[in-house]
Amino acid sequence: MATDDIYILGIYMTKFGKYPDRDTVDLASEAVIAALADAQVTMKDIGVMAAGCLMGQGGIGQMIQKQVGQTGIPVYNVSNACATGATALRTAIMAIKAGECDMGLAVGVEKLAGVGLLGGGGTPKSKNKEWTPSGRFGSVTNVDGLIGTAAMPGTFAQVGMEYGHKYGGATFELFAKISEKNHAHSTLNPLAAYTKRMSLDEIMNDIMISYPNTRPMCSANCDGAAAAVVVSGAKLKTLSLEQQRRAIKVSASILTSDPYQEACQVLPDVNTLTRIAAKQAYEQAGVSPSDLNLVELHDCFATAELVHYDNLMLCEEGGAVDFFNSGATWRDGSMPVNVSGGLESKGHPIAATGIANIWEVCHHLRGEAGPRQIEGAKVGLAHVIGLGSACGIHILEKSAL
Amino acid sequence: MTITQVPLVDYLVLGDSPHLVANECTKCGARYFDRRNACASCFAVDFKKVDIANEGIVRSFTIVTFAAPGVPVPFVAAIIDCAGTSVRGNLANVDPTPEKVTLGMKVRLTTYSLGSDDNGLEAIGFGYEPA
Repeated sequence: MATDDIYILGIYMTKFGKYPDRDTVDLASEAVIAALADAQVTMKDIGVMAAGCLMGQGGIGQMIQKQVGQTGIPVYNVSNACATGATALRTAIMAIKAGECDMGLAVGVEKLAGVGLLGGGGTPKSKNKEWTPSGRFGSVTNVDGLIGTAAMPGTFAQVGMEYGHKYGGATFELFAKISEKNHAHSTLNPLAAYTKRMSLDEIMNDIMISYPNTRPMCSANCDGAAAAVVVSGAKLKTLSLEQQRRAIKVSASILTSDPYQEACQVLPDVNTLTRIAAKQAYEQAGVSPSDLNLVELHDCFATAELVHYDNLMLCEEGGAVDFFNSGATWRDGSMPVNVSGGLESKGHPIAATGIANIWEVCHHLRGEAGPRQIEGAKVGLAHVIGLGSACGIHILEKSAL
Repeated sequence: MTITQVPLVDYLVLGDSPHLVANECTKCGARYFDRRNACASCFAVDFKKVDIANEGIVRSFTIVTFAAPGVPVPFVAAIIDCAGTSVRGNLANVDPTPEKVTLGMKVRLTTYSLGSDDNGLEAIGFGYEPA
């Protein structure tokens, strides 16, 4: 191991689901304490902490410290939409790379069970009915529903439909089959919020939210937390053989925002920044897409998973439909995608997601994934998109020991 | 003459031939519908108003059947390619079904009344209907 490499030393995700009796600090504390135990270190070893809770109040990092250990280290409270967890992890990694410390902690937590539709809506601008222009568009009333949709299911439905317009073949049934795959995968994941296998008919005939996304094709709002301990290669060399054996190399840690493209301020462009992040990640890691043994990508909606096959270069440009239809992305295929069940069934507690997907990949690379183990997994990729936008990609590799 | 109508957004121009206008960067030609501080593409700060074509094709759409409280459903949200400029808008005068709404369909701008406020001022919205 090179001294300037970065490794995941310990990592943990809570079971995702509903926790009516526990708050975000409880869930995050469970994740932190368990991640530290997994790393066989304590808060005393941690030199930097980054924390995120997108829908919560500020200061989640300090609130967690007050439960698990106040040692005076710098805390960065980060917020980057659905990429918040990945941003927290990358913040800790950057501090280590900058030489400020040799071990860092990242944690993401969210309570979302039962919150319903995200994005869109809003209250009327005036109590009295009076058409007065205001805001950046000089609108006289809220335009959600009048000028397109601001809600997430419809936004990402259009992302998938746009791919269909460009390349063809992206039917309602195809998107539903992607969801069928992820729900099937979830049956092997005891930490998923939903573990029920659903037939194609059940998925297509469920409540339509925003065509072509029915309810089971949307990410599941739920509660959950995830945390990771990262360490420098130099420090790892001083730790036990057991710690070194279970450490997972972070071969690439990339974060991008969306560069200007025509239309990107009309419909969010989740493609360009993902392609750029993927290219940078493969270069940084020195691996190609064909080297990957598993991928956890941001299937916030079934319509999103399709476009990311292409954006992550898992298939030829424009070939995502054929790629999926080949069976490649099922767990027994050539490129297993979202063997955790994905956000559609594992759930999507926003700020936890960008660390939980890394936990999933690490679990396989360590050979500890039990019945859902992808046999012989050596290299994996975890991807998240936060709308607005931010894209986080991490490429992870099994320890050489 | 008393003003009796107001557009839903300030980039909708009413009158005899309603149409949309954009802020176009005078340096690189990037077009925006919101109030601008600078160009996100080339960072220049000068803009001019340009008319957007009323005809276009549906580049993407979704049929929204579940929305935030107060947003009537169903409706068709779409991205329209208006001669190279992408516009966000609802489709109008078409059944909100996958059988009737198709990718690539030709549409044109139409306007409709959102009703009058307490002062008798009528708001006018826009959408795109099959052409």
